[in-house]
Amino acid sequence: MTEREAVAHLLRRATFGPTADEVDDAERAGVAATLDRLLAPPGDGQGGTAIPLPDLGADPAARLTRDSTREQRQQANQQRREQTLRLIHWWLDRMVTAGDQLGEKLLFFWHGHWATSERKVRSASLMLRHLETLRRHGLGPLPPLVDAMLRDPALILWLDGQRNSRKAPNENLARELMELFTLGHGNGYTEADVKEGARALTGWVVDRGTGVARFEPRRHDPGPKTILGERGEFDAASYAKLLAGRPETARFVAGRLWFRFAGAQEPPADLAGPDTATTLRRIFTAPAFAQTRDTLVKQPVEWLVGALRQLGVRPADLPEAVQRRLLAGLTAMDQVPLRPPSVGGWPAGTAWLTTSSVQAKLRLADTVAGAAARPVLARLTAAPPAGRPDALARLLVVDGWSERTRAALTPLAGQPRKLIVAGLVSPEYAVC
Amino acid sequence: MDTLTRRRFLVASGVVGASALAAGATGYRLSDLLATSGDRDPRARTLVLVTLYGGNDGLNTVIPYADPAYHDARPELAYTGEEVKRLDDEVGLNPALAGLHRLHGEGRLAVVRGVGYPKPDRSHFRSMDIWQTAEPERPGNTGWLGRWLDRAGGDPRLAVSFEPAMPPLLAGERSAGAAVPAAERKASRVLPQATLAEFAAAAPEDTPARARAAACFADLRSVEEMIREVRDSEAAAEQEPDGEGAPATATGGSRTPLDAQLDLVAQCVEAEVSTRVFSVSLGGFDTHADEKQLQEVLLGQVDRAVSGFADRMARTEAGRKVVVAVYSEFGRRVRANASDGTDHGTASNVLLLGSGVRGGLYGEAPSLTDLDDGDLRFTTDFRDIYATLLARVLDTDPGAVLGGWRGRLDGVL
Repeated sequence: MTEREAVAHLLRRATFGPTADEVDDAERAGVAATLDRLLAPPGDGQGGTAIPLPDLGADPAARLTRDSTREQRQQANQQRREQTLRLIHWWLDRMVTAGDQLGEKLLFFWHGHWATSERKVRSASLMLRHLETLRRHGLGPLPPLVDAMLRDPALILWLDGQRNSRKAPNENLARELMELFTLGHGNGYTEADVKEGARALTGWVVDRGTGVARFEPRRHDPGPKTILGERGEFDAASYAKLLAGRPETARFVAGRLWFRFAGAQEPPADLAGPDTATTLRRIFTAPAFAQTRDTLVKQPVEWLVGALRQLGVRPADLPEAVQRRLLAGLTAMDQVPLRPPSVGGWPAGTAWLTTSSVQAKLRLADTVAGAAARPVLARLTAAPPAGRPDALARLLVVDGWSERTRAALTPLAGQPRKLIVAGLVSPEYAVC
Repeated sequence: MDTLTRRRFLVASGVVGASALAAGATGYRLSDLLATSGDRDPRARTLVLVTLYGGNDGLNTVIPYADPAYHDARPELAYTGEEVKRLDDEVGLNPALAGLHRLHGEGRLAVVRGVGYPKPDRSHFRSMDIWQTAEPERPGNTGWLGRWLDRAGGDPRLAVSFEPAMPPLLAGERSAGAAVPAAERKASRVLPQATLAEFAAAAPEDTPARARAAACFADLRSVEEMIREVRDSEAAAEQEPDGEGAPATATGGSRTPLDAQLDLVAQCVEAEVSTRVFSVSLGGFDTHADEKQLQEVLLGQVDRAVSGFADRMARTEAGRKVVVAVYSEFGRRVRANASDGTDHGTASNVLLLGSGVRGGLYGEAPSLTDLDDGDLRFTTDFRDIYATLLARVLDTDPGAVLGGWRGRLDGVL
């Protein structure tokens, strides 16, 4: 691998999709300095270009009472839908514009890991708070993250935590906590641990009026519990501490990070660091990481956000109808931020590569290509027609086209929009 | 409402192996197989697999209403003998299942009770892996129908899913079924056909993932071809004076996704496409709280979609060769939790229906008092049913697909 290929590989994985200029800069700085800058962006820590949080307004759920009329409920529902759409559009815009690309991509990872959907939470402001909590703890050690998530109103609502009481234990949250968020399936916990864990989590409720998660002692089961062989009067905090401190958790989470940032290959030993920043550094500097080029299938959100960045398109600047088409495209490709299909998160790998998704991708690529910024188009058309496939490869930060794809692109050289669409749907651009 | 659908469950844990799906790209060329379309053996049967994601509560689907233990365990959730749609003096169907109840009366619905597998796993994701791979000891990275597809030649059109992402059950070692969107969409004209055809070729330096991305373009062409034929024949049927061919929504209004998926299956079957297996699904059955009403809504959707489909199938020769199988990854605990829901359980029912099905009750109903840590003990291994479907519907030696499994469910097909 050349130095340019190495920084391009790093940037394709650590960001949503680098622009040609970003690769130029990184090549000058070298791989090591580029990684430092990704993990600790200069300036305000956000790379200087983080757009502010959206002003969603009051949560319409707060206004509702038992006596609310049907009309009031419908109105609140409508307002909630609008707020949610605003939040999704805001996040897409932030993914495209964020200077702290790794931070934003890591947030998308954590969102898929603690996969929580607004479809059940039904509150844009709680979803935003959920994201900000994940962002705050994203690069840090695991214990504060696990602890914060067990007090997160969106996660509690999502997994029926507020239904879990001393009199009526509900296992949903405890089970998924161990299976999907911390230890990993089959990693040394039993059905009895699930039941005991559910008892530890009893007592947390969410106040829809204030949007706050609150501990109600009389709903809590204070008795002794035995979890993972340890006996104690576990509550949410001590249960979180127990799980987050287990080596199985560190290994499982590091394995998930490897799976999403490197690929499906066996992760190297000892990836897990004392905090996620260290784990990420180990992933990106592992010798095996360099062997993973072209093996990771881009998730639809990654594919779209990368394309928007490389073509100089900022979603918030687009007409509303075009913004809606972007979201419709993601819906057709089956990945909409804030709406994971289940608590297991989104699929990975070749599950995304279906006939259904290729059709949706063609339409979405057409929308994106149609919005490409003029200076970007100018750079492409500045090349003579015979050189345009190579100019496109530079623009989309593809290391090179196969003969197959070159043969497909060459006849389109005179039609820049179609050429860009073809590049975006090409097999080379589907993976990274 | 609990919209935790769990549809695309697991792949997060990596069950679908990249190599399994990618191998199809180099193993064969779909364009080579296009010519075989229409070569369907008129005697061949078709399997329609309906997956209910989330763990449907089996005890409130096929209800042992006469068993006092049932009412004791879940007083708030239980249905009385007056409420259920009775099948006999002991069991009845959920009140939302009027259509299936009628099919049972007509001898076209078989209910297999107590279906499960040894050492039940209460994780949705793992249990669904187990059902889809048919490998309870150690779920691998191929689905049972994917392995059948490998043996049937690997043409993705033989095994079609009308879900946006392909379920792992259709992933084989060397081939994979086709995922076709259920919503009607025009074939894409964004790029010239020649470009799409170029992309379909394999490149020597392709990684498996990239090869699979290229193979999608080959699949796209053959699947578009098939769907076009289906729609053409549908258009022809609509012009017939009796109008029987056109699927109408009797009640109007919005249609559930399962309806839409089964509509497409019906169109394909009537057009006699080469597909032998269709996979459709409905999510949302994870009813940890406020279960009764939610489950009734969902079962109502299943009932309308499936019984409507069965009736439509009964009208054609090809349709009468269709067997529908309905399953979920597990049932739920016998005892209700105190949120008026149930937590993850074990054994449940599998429903089989169609003109060729011998209706009735099969398998032994599990005891509600002799429990395994609060859960039902399974009486029929789900692989017995798979083996029967493979042998009787797909004309395949089940042993080759199911690791030498010998059990069968006798008499039903």
